[in-house]
Amino acid sequence: MSVEVSEQVAPQPDATQGPLVRLRGVKKYFPITRGIIFQRRVGNVHAVDGVDLDIYPGETVGLVGETGCGKSTLARVIMRLYDATEGSIEFGGRDITHLKGRALRELRRNMQMIFQDPFASLNPRKTVGSIIGAPYRLHGTVPRNQIKSEVQQLMELVGLSPEHYNRYPHEFSGGQRQRIGVARSLALRPQLIVCDEPVSALDVSVQAQILNLLEDLQEEFNLTYLFIAHDLSVVKHVSDRVSVMYLGKIVEMAPGDTLYRTPKHPYTGALLSAVPIPDPDLSASKKRIILEGDVPSPIDPPSGCRFHPRCPNVQLPKCSDEEPELRPFHPGQVAACHFPLEDRAVMEAAGG
Amino acid sequence: MPEPLLEVRDLRVHFPTEDGLVKAVDGVSFSLQPGETLGVVGESGSGKSVTFLTVMGLVTSDQAVIEGEVIFEGQDLLKLPKDEMRNIRGSKMSMVFQDPMTSLHPFYKVGYQIAEAILTHQSVGKKEAHEQSVEMLGRVGIPKPRERANQYPHEFSGGMRQRAMIAMALSLNPDMLIADEPTTALDVTVQAQILDLIDRLREEFNASVVIITHDLGVVAEHCDNIQVMYAGKIVEFGDRRDIYYGSHHPYTWGLLGSISRLDSASKERLQPIKGLPPSLIFVPPGCAFHPRCPYVFDRCRAEIPRLLPTDGHHASACHLTLSDKERIFNEEVMVRR
Repeated sequence: MSVEVSEQVAPQPDATQGPLVRLRGVKKYFPITRGIIFQRRVGNVHAVDGVDLDIYPGETVGLVGETGCGKSTLARVIMRLYDATEGSIEFGGRDITHLKGRALRELRRNMQMIFQDPFASLNPRKTVGSIIGAPYRLHGTVPRNQIKSEVQQLMELVGLSPEHYNRYPHEFSGGQRQRIGVARSLALRPQLIVCDEPVSALDVSVQAQILNLLEDLQEEFNLTYLFIAHDLSVVKHVSDRVSVMYLGKIVEMAPGDTLYRTPKHPYTGALLSAVPIPDPDLSASKKRIILEGDVPSPIDPPSGCRFHPRCPNVQLPKCSDEEPELRPFHPGQVAACHFPLEDRAVMEAAGG
Repeated sequence: MPEPLLEVRDLRVHFPTEDGLVKAVDGVSFSLQPGETLGVVGESGSGKSVTFLTVMGLVTSDQAVIEGEVIFEGQDLLKLPKDEMRNIRGSKMSMVFQDPMTSLHPFYKVGYQIAEAILTHQSVGKKEAHEQSVEMLGRVGIPKPRERANQYPHEFSGGMRQRAMIAMALSLNPDMLIADEPTTALDVTVQAQILDLIDRLREEFNASVVIITHDLGVVAEHCDNIQVMYAGKIVEFGDRRDIYYGSHHPYTWGLLGSISRLDSASKERLQPIKGLPPSLIFVPPGCAFHPRCPYVFDRCRAEIPRLLPTDGHHASACHLTLSDKERIFNEEVMVRR
């Protein structure tokens, strides 16, 4: 396969290898229908609307955005849990957009998912051992008589006590349940793990434990993560590169520190300013950009730049007429905005 | 010092269960001044919610063994008959809960649900109550409040529902608003909006506010005083400068070290607290935090530390000497931040 690095893509941790995941123009529309007998299609929810993304082996790509921006839908499209409406998905250089049946199942070995809600993502009637061991039984990668010892090794790896093999999920706390989810996703030694808000439901003290665990596992098994969250501070903490998504599109992508010091898209600026800082003086001196209202409906997204109705720097009519393209700024940074933010000297000084 | 609005003295709330006595709250004393914002911070199961559910009269002696005193505007709420408590709850103190998705009734219009609270406590007609609810929705920043009042909760987004809950809580102009994890279920952008709203309304309504949270980052900007709870006890109390720039308890240090900060370098390791909070049935002897504490010594295992003031009203419950606390905070906690 010839590796094409488009000018949009940042310098990579391992660009020689080519991306593990490569998305081009991925769209996912959900139809809205009316009528009971004759279902007419009256519109579409534009959940994901044209996303290009490369994820390189061994890196962590963060995906951040508000509820309803399409980040979870994108994750499920990559996992092939939803079929993309348009566009192509490549995994390890192979087009998997239309993979079916046995081939798809084989593929799933290499990509696993950790879900947000540790209370809803584990079957309450199954023991922990059988939950973590399920991937082995489905894929037959380990002989049946060895499953138990494999599972117990996994449990130890993620910081659970192997004696709890026969316990049920309700006997565990939120953080421990999330460890069960992590162990399950690791069972088949996947290359890619998609973490969909893995710590949002947890206490801050437990979040830190899970984030450290994910980092350790990445080092040990050379994992690639796609890390989704709505909290920019968590995403920045774990990610090499951060993508900011708004209404189905990526509006900015940059290495975490660049994004923090010199955000270009006003939406990124607003997200950054909303994050609470555990330091009263710093947080009092910080200029806050409060976004008015909620994310508009993805059924009928605004014309031009989708952010323009909420944008503090909007300049009409250009923003409502012309859709901005992603263009490069600092090394590794791309943003889609007609009137990008200036580099803030204050932030440079505070952050440096 | 002015008369406090709320004074809690040596409150104990113990739930009898089949497995044993759950000591959810175990000897908690604090006071809240009029107009003050108090942050209550701790992990799940530290007793922070139960403390304030008891203050609200939502945990009663039918469910638990309650001891101590809860003095609100001069009377002990724990001794009040149920119907008097019902009058106070809602009109003088009200509460906003964590999950805006489940705390509104899906079957009734939002405006009606707010008007219902007004009708219960004030002798006004239905029409006027509805007008008041529309006005409240407008004051909490919901656009087109008249239309919104006639919609059902499922037509509201999460942030809007939380605004509606706050409108309901403030509709009777209470003296105290308790917000139990008001932003945990919300996006960061919406969280900032809601916290600013609570701040603004506190001034407008001249109410005292209690914000209960597990995230020390959230309350940095919004609270005057902060109390940190662990295993049913207050382990540290101080104003926000005390807590963020000079905290004295290893548990507070652990909470501070757990926060992912935007301004720290990417991929810098977090310093979480080891282990899990203890079972409230078998609380460890001595200091309840000692099994997880990196600075534990013999005395911690034997003797329960008391909440002692160090200077002014900054207090902590830890056996370390003051000079040790200050040294460790400056050398190990502050450096990381």
